[in-house]
Amino acid sequence: MLDTLVIPLLKIVVLLNAILISVTFMVLMERKVIAWAQSRLGPMRVGPYGVLQAIVDPIKLILKEDITPVKADKMLFSLAPILSLVPALVAFAVVPFGGDELFYVADINVGLLFFLSVTSIGVYGIILAGWASNSKYPLLASLRASAQLISYEIAVTMTLVSVILTSGTLSMVGIVEAQLADGVWYGFIQPVAFVLVMIGALAETNRVPFDLPEAETELTGGFHTEYSGMRFSLFFLAEYANIIVISAVTALLFFGGWLRPFPNVEALAFLDIIPGWIWLFGKIFLFLYLFMWIRATLPRYRYDQLMRIGWKLLIPIALANIVVTGIVKVLV
Amino acid sequence: MATQSAPIFDTDELVINMGPQHPSTHGVLRLVLKLDGERVVDCDTVMGYVHRGIEKLSENRDWTQIILLTDRMDYVAAATNNLGYCETVEKLLEVEVPRRARYIRTILAELQRIGSHCLWLGTHAMDIGAMTVLLYAFRERELVLDLFEEYCGARLTYNSMRIGGLPLDIPSGWDQKVRAFCDVMETKLPEYEELLTNNRIWLERTRGVGVISGPDATALGLCGPPLRGSGVYRDVRKDEPYAAYDEFDFEVPLGTQGDTYDRYLIRLEEFRQSIRIIRQALDGLPEGPIMGKVPRLLKPKAGETYHAIESPKGELGYFIVSDGRATNPYRLRVRPPSFCNLQGLKPLIVGHLVADVVCLIGTIDIVLGEVDR
Amino acid sequence: MTDDPKPAGSAPDGPAKPDAASDTPATPEPAAKPAQPPAAAAPAAKPAAKKPAPKPKAPPEPPKGPEDPAPPDDLEPPAFIAALQQAHPDAVEQLSYWVGDWTVIVKLEALIDVATYLRDADDASFDYCSDLTASDWPPREKRFDVIYCLYSTRRRHRVRIKVRAGEEDQVASVSGLWTAANWFEREVWDMFGVKFAGHPDLRRILMPEGWQGFPQRKDYPLEGPGELLLESPMEWLRLRNLPDEAEIE
Repeated sequence: MLDTLVIPLLKIVVLLNAILISVTFMVLMERKVIAWAQSRLGPMRVGPYGVLQAIVDPIKLILKEDITPVKADKMLFSLAPILSLVPALVAFAVVPFGGDELFYVADINVGLLFFLSVTSIGVYGIILAGWASNSKYPLLASLRASAQLISYEIAVTMTLVSVILTSGTLSMVGIVEAQLADGVWYGFIQPVAFVLVMIGALAETNRVPFDLPEAETELTGGFHTEYSGMRFSLFFLAEYANIIVISAVTALLFFGGWLRPFPNVEALAFLDIIPGWIWLFGKIFLFLYLFMWIRATLPRYRYDQLMRIGWKLLIPIALANIVVTGIVKVLV
Repeated sequence: MATQSAPIFDTDELVINMGPQHPSTHGVLRLVLKLDGERVVDCDTVMGYVHRGIEKLSENRDWTQIILLTDRMDYVAAATNNLGYCETVEKLLEVEVPRRARYIRTILAELQRIGSHCLWLGTHAMDIGAMTVLLYAFRERELVLDLFEEYCGARLTYNSMRIGGLPLDIPSGWDQKVRAFCDVMETKLPEYEELLTNNRIWLERTRGVGVISGPDATALGLCGPPLRGSGVYRDVRKDEPYAAYDEFDFEVPLGTQGDTYDRYLIRLEEFRQSIRIIRQALDGLPEGPIMGKVPRLLKPKAGETYHAIESPKGELGYFIVSDGRATNPYRLRVRPPSFCNLQGLKPLIVGHLVADVVCLIGTIDIVLGEVDR
Repeated sequence: MTDDPKPAGSAPDGPAKPDAASDTPATPEPAAKPAQPPAAAAPAAKPAAKKPAPKPKAPPEPPKGPEDPAPPDDLEPPAFIAALQQAHPDAVEQLSYWVGDWTVIVKLEALIDVATYLRDADDASFDYCSDLTASDWPPREKRFDVIYCLYSTRRRHRVRIKVRAGEEDQVASVSGLWTAANWFEREVWDMFGVKFAGHPDLRRILMPEGWQGFPQRKDYPLEGPGELLLESPMEWLRLRNLPDEAEIE
């Protein structure tokens, strides 16, 4: 009873709260990072250096009036943000924050597959949001989103196959342990896969330069044009939760998760005093920063260019990567 | 439509209203786009939302009062509007403007060009998704506005020129500040270029987008950078020199492809040429009066004239009819460059994707206050 | 605005067609008379083709038309104008020169011929229609001047063509020659009500679709009744006929 129900439930509660709070602070971090990139200050008014902005923003969003357009499909309109947020949160179930059982909710042997399938449900939220709004800009955006997410899903999944080939397991914990056993982060032996996954991650989380479904300057906000108040913030939460989870998975798959750098070099053993989860958090932050940096730097791709990159570039390279990995695996 | 090829599915074009409330229509422009998927098959441009009847108002205002109205047309480049109007009236009055005034006017006009192009660069890049450039460009525009504020006290609607000259001489030390600004601006331009010029995504978004050939652009009446981007050598500053432009050495950048990227490069080069002109004007700034001999009661002889200047957006022309009796123009017509460039929008965007529409609105650099007047 | 007496003066004429002269006092300088009117203002009284009885305040006569001063005798017109006069001897009504600008005043019927010639002839080659506008001279029989400012990007010279058109006349559209003229002509139609024959898309451009009247005409009041007229014309008319004018906004 304690092991099967109470402890997992406790873990889930802690994890969910942690995610939600970290999302609010991540928004603050994004605003600050981009502000620095753009030689301005960012939020400075609420609390010292605007730290409390992270608390004030959600309160504002919760208190705002929630408007449902008259012509919207009411049920789907309410369902869409939930459908978008829940998969993003569920995906955290298989993300281990450390090697110990204490640090993950579940370690299922098809963890990576579970992660991929759950996150791809999130696209339904976006498609439904665009459809249910009964408005033209959101509709265009949701069409873009479905095409974009599906094609990048394929590329990312195929790329991950080569990682699975290298590690020989689908379990998240297993993959990190395989990196420990091999003595090297997979980012170094699968650099192509890492780059592809990063690009795919940008596209799947609708981030610049692939933020077409919500391109403000083209589609006036995209699929969440008609949303306001808490429903809007659910989309926001989902987007940022997705960014965190995908950063975490990238860190786990390619940067050794909770392992210290050069896990097999004995001379660096003193680094082990730093607990594993701090290593992982550090890596996640690095990726989050990368996401924000890219956002501050790059313009946006056009729809057809985005599809071209997905189908004509990423997928062939991913396939080639699988073949090369397979051959190397057989030969070595 | 669906009769021959796919009888099961009924296809229809999606009509979408872009604007008047839209983040990237630069004001209150409304485009009624007919879309086939994401491709634009037809477009109707609707404007007039900020039509204030400036031409009609001018027929009922004093000659000097109109300067103030011209501020409100292209409100991001008020100084060039003032300049165009004052020069036209001076031509009608046959008044000689002192050399010092002409030099200062040139400096103001070129500062204004830099300021206006900063705004264009920022919003254009923002439309394509590069948000940092907006902040960088506004940082420099701020410096321009500060200079104008020091000169005439206003930051947006300057009312900075008078018929026959200038209301104010430059404040002491202002020329040094302008020089310092030119130095700063020169160091900032590479920053913009680093973010955009060789950026793969920027290239893919702007190259080959909105191509228009030179003869087409001429017939369409495009002016300013959009016309020069198509390789047509047309710059009022060179062709019909006004103010003191005939005394300065500068180049007119020309494009070769006539696409959005060329127009971008041209405006970037115009930053440099403007700095060059300002430096020359500051070096050679003559002493002397700033106001010509203008009668107290302005009453040009009956007649009409058209005079054009090169505003940051293109050829800004004023056509003024005086009936020789009243102290107001009988007819004042503004030839707004934004209006003419906006006319070129439809041929540019038909056949492109929705994402390119915002890119092309940005590249023609319109200000709706001037389109609608 | 400073000139309040206007509505009182023009009220009996009705809202639909306030007459030309009744609106002229709206100019802020009614005492602008003593200017010595050169040349054309001489036949000042072409009486009352459309004009009501003289106003009590005797406002200045509305100008009869633009001056269009003839070129000084010692000035040769540019070669292309001479060539134009040769090619189309009947087309050119008058030549005018003022502060450095040449204007060719052309017969309405000959406009397209002249425009085509000016665009295509080698020594003219006006490939750029830099502006197209109109001006309104209500007392004149052909009240509109339609003015075409042309520029040549090749030869770098300018000329203006001008045609005179009455209210019912159709001006041939030059949008087939210069695509730029498309919107210019729409604007002239919108503002003056000059009709352009053969224009592909003659709609209002700056004013709303259902607007009544043509704002840039001289007989169009500067200060209108405001939005009330658009929203409920009957109510506007009722208020207007009330003795107390103050109720109209």
